[in-house]
Amino acid sequence: MSDNPEQFRYSEEHEWLSAAENGVSTVGITRFAADALGDVVFVDLPSVGRTVTAGETCGELESTKSVSELYSPVSGEITEINDAVVEDPALLNSEPFEAGWLFRVRIDESAEPARLMSAAEYDGLTNG
Amino acid sequence: MSQSSDAPPNVTRTTPLDAVHRSLGAVMTDFAGWRMPLRYGSERAEHQAVRTAAGLFDLSHMGEIAVTGPAAGALLDHALVGEPSALAVGRARYTMICDERGGILDDLIVYRLADHEFLVVANAANTDTVLSALLARRTGFDAAVRDDRDRYALIAVQGPASPAVLGRLTDADLGALRYYAGLPGTVAGRPVMIARTGYTGEDGFELFCAAEDAETLWAALTGAGEPDGLVPCGLACRDTLRLEAGMPLYGNELTTGTTPFDAGLGRVVKLGKPDGFVGRDALAAAAERAEERPPRVLVGLLATGRRVPRAGYPVVTADGTVVGAVTSGAPSPTLGRPIAMAYVDPAHAAPGTAGVAVDVRGTHEPCEVVTLPFYKRRK
Repeated sequence: MSDNPEQFRYSEEHEWLSAAENGVSTVGITRFAADALGDVVFVDLPSVGRTVTAGETCGELESTKSVSELYSPVSGEITEINDAVVEDPALLNSEPFEAGWLFRVRIDESAEPARLMSAAEYDGLTNG
Repeated sequence: MSQSSDAPPNVTRTTPLDAVHRSLGAVMTDFAGWRMPLRYGSERAEHQAVRTAAGLFDLSHMGEIAVTGPAAGALLDHALVGEPSALAVGRARYTMICDERGGILDDLIVYRLADHEFLVVANAANTDTVLSALLARRTGFDAAVRDDRDRYALIAVQGPASPAVLGRLTDADLGALRYYAGLPGTVAGRPVMIARTGYTGEDGFELFCAAEDAETLWAALTGAGEPDGLVPCGLACRDTLRLEAGMPLYGNELTTGTTPFDAGLGRVVKLGKPDGFVGRDALAAAAERAEERPPRVLVGLLATGRRVPRAGYPVVTADGTVVGAVTSGAPSPTLGRPIAMAYVDPAHAAPGTAGVAVDVRGTHEPCEVVTLPFYKRRK
């Protein structure tokens, strides 16, 4: 059932991080997380320009039954947020790895690297 | 959520449809000691299916209690706040069972199946409490109280297409079956008690069947409903459907600390019953209090933003004064905005009251005070 893309890295908070392009990575939540939340109805994202620290709360995802905090998987500066997913949170459920991405972050190379998992390791976490 | 069960706490009950839910890929949840389907796919799509077509629910966790015997009606008149003895055979009534202080132990539906036979349907979490209370209150009445939970499965078909769907599987005269009525019939060749009741705000039916017939009926209803877009529905959409319809949920709007009058449901209390009933004096006082100086009033709140007021969040005024508390809240698929029910001080309870907000995790989200229900179907 797992469709966690090989090229991403994953956090224990069920977020994915794309490989950096020009120092900037894209962040989203995994299909496992989206399925667990159910229909997401409200997405609160950090503002562009904000500096975040790995593991820090930087937003909220609200679904029919619950509200979950959003964490940044890495330290850095928010460079862009996905306005489309704010407008239509259902994208998180339908395409969590693509159109449902959440924000882009310029990774702070001087910060201690966050401990992230490979797709295989994350598969192990969610199938366990 | 209240919990009470004689079963060891780590034993979860399963319904006769458990294997079906698994084969459908349902997300399951523990609810009041039962493993129940929360949703099969998108809970919002399930909600919309019930509003526009039809949905199929497994409600086998509900607690069926049979009350039989020559004094069955008299026992229920004494034990409950309503007057089941006045029900015609084949009719049903929404009612409540209260303690001596007038606090609500549970809200119930009582069906009169025959002169000397009633079916009391309690909430899953409260069935043991209701059973104990009925047994304790039985003294002196020529009536028997029987736990029938294992005997029945309960399957609901809800939504505007439900008469068409069910009509394909039964010869019963569904057109003559009124809202809050129930009759014995045959559905897909199986004996069933067909009731026109529900908890969704739509037309629909609840089918009480033998546990061993549940899978057959579920499959037959799934097939019969296909042309109309019937989908299996879980508890997640059941909650948003009942909230839009302004229906209270025990444990949220109704508790032992609440009387029916506090919940705005004083109409279910028949204070004039000739022989009195358990909780009568306390309820008579609660009725007067609700009239003269009501404590807090149950209202609807319609959020103007997108963040959802949830159970337990404070209701506040512009200066931050707490004037109430949310009891249920959810994003409303039909209204496209978050909705909530809340108990608020009478000064802020009138529909249209300005300056009311809900403290959503530290942020005051403005809300309109509105009359319940949020949604009413066109008849």
